[in-house]
Amino acid sequence: MPAAPILSVNNLEVVYDDVVLVLRGVSLDVPHGTVVALLGANGAGKTTLLRAVTGLLVAHRGKITKGSVRLDGTDITRADPAQVVRGGVGQVMEGRRVFAEMTVEENLRTGAHTRRRAEYRESVDRVFDLFPVLAERRRATAGYLSGGEQQMLAIGRALMARPRLLLLDEPSLGLAPRLVEQVGEIIAQINGQGTSVLLVEQNAVMALSIASRGYVLEVGKVVRDGPAGELLADEDIREFYLGSTDDTGRRSLAEVKSYRRKKRWSA
Amino acid sequence: MSTFLTNVFAGLALGSTYALVALGFVVIFKSTGVINFAQGGLLALGAYLGYTFSNNLALAFGVAVLLACLSAAVVGAGVERLVLRRMVGQPPFAVIMITIGLLFVIEPLITAIWGFDNLPLDNPWNLRTVEVAGLVLGVRDLWTIGLTAVVVVAFFLFFRFTAFGLAMRATAFDPEAALAQGISARKVYAVSWAIAAALATLGGITLAAGPGGLSPSISFIALAAFPAMILGGLDSPAGAVLGGVIIGLAEALTRGYQDELFAWAGSNVSVIVPYVLMIVILLIRPYGLLGTKDVRRI
Repeated sequence: MPAAPILSVNNLEVVYDDVVLVLRGVSLDVPHGTVVALLGANGAGKTTLLRAVTGLLVAHRGKITKGSVRLDGTDITRADPAQVVRGGVGQVMEGRRVFAEMTVEENLRTGAHTRRRAEYRESVDRVFDLFPVLAERRRATAGYLSGGEQQMLAIGRALMARPRLLLLDEPSLGLAPRLVEQVGEIIAQINGQGTSVLLVEQNAVMALSIASRGYVLEVGKVVRDGPAGELLADEDIREFYLGSTDDTGRRSLAEVKSYRRKKRWSA
Repeated sequence: MSTFLTNVFAGLALGSTYALVALGFVVIFKSTGVINFAQGGLLALGAYLGYTFSNNLALAFGVAVLLACLSAAVVGAGVERLVLRRMVGQPPFAVIMITIGLLFVIEPLITAIWGFDNLPLDNPWNLRTVEVAGLVLGVRDLWTIGLTAVVVVAFFLFFRFTAFGLAMRATAFDPEAALAQGISARKVYAVSWAIAAALATLGGITLAAGPGGLSPSISFIALAAFPAMILGGLDSPAGAVLGGVIIGLAEALTRGYQDELFAWAGSNVSVIVPYVLMIVILLIRPYGLLGTKDVRRI
């Protein structure tokens, strides 16, 4: 019998404010030691899925109405956030969300909140090893770091809890292309050290290039899933998420516009 | 000159009390976003508990103060646990109304247990004075200033260096991101209420040890600490201390020079000075002396 996946989401349904159905029966697996990419447009429910896993739905008046979330075989559906972190799930939230008023080192200390004091040294060394720039700026106020450095701090902070599973919500958001590439490399490196990763991204090329498997979410449902290579080669995926049209030739901008206009007004 | 110094000294002592209470306001506001109008009630409750420990149980004064602070902290955390925990996620306005309601519950509770009379709190300070370099200083005032200084330093060390202090700052800055680090918001909220209640109790006891003794109206002191908190900036602990001292000094100095300078304004002008000062400062710096600019105002 194969081992249970590190994260297994089953037929999950999430409702906000008792009325807005955001996830309608999503199932997804992250096998041990892999990177899984979760793609989708704005509002597809990607962030909601992460919140359902981490227990942060409560802060947004969301509720899991159906389905289950399992971490390494243990049920963590509706567990509170502290429990999930202690269970070994780290997360990097969308928009980095570093504690801007604190120093880099204090940010890392908050990340180690669930750990014993003695383990702090070892984790901080690992993070500084991964992000030398953070070691250099350890006494700097986090709010004054550049966007890329803040993203590294957010990832480093999540690693301080020494998670078995790392959830990343759009780590490439707002970063220059070269930095996006670097973030991709770092994620691959973290994965290489044994942490499983669920990567939510709009930058599908980056995500699929480091993931072994991908899921595409659309209005609360998984519409496609498969090995990353297959998704990268898929016509529709290329069209919608990769913005690449090199097979069909360049489409004229006027054509795109009229299509949009038509779709908006005649519907 | 010596009149001036005596007034400044009295102002510092009064300001210390304000600072303690204002600090309590700020702790709760920072971590939960709520202005706790029940602070005065907690202060009175703490002071009366101090009275019971010191007078009725005849404990040593220091022990009585410590016990009163601890029991008030337990009450504060209990109130948070029983009442305010249910309000998490509700609009701040509703929560603020609840704290006002709490004030109206605590006050009759106090008069039901301890009565309306003025009670003399047994304490080693009383009205004793010492003379330093020609100045007559009240022992109680000296203790008030000293204790406040110690507490304020301990407060800042706690938030700077301890893991839980850090967790509280993280929660204050971004509650959701703090949750994502595995920090329990419930614990943070309960501890903020506990700290606020303990600070208020210390303020209440230093006040009750003074000439006024202990009466239910002691809770009004929180009203005067209110301008101190707003003046310093709602979300700034350092601002609360600074605001407390400024308000205390202003009040004591107006009282001291009442007859010479403010005779035209009536005999109780010192009581309104804190509020006038608050309005003037808010007109110039709407977010208070040390407050964050984008802090919500009520």
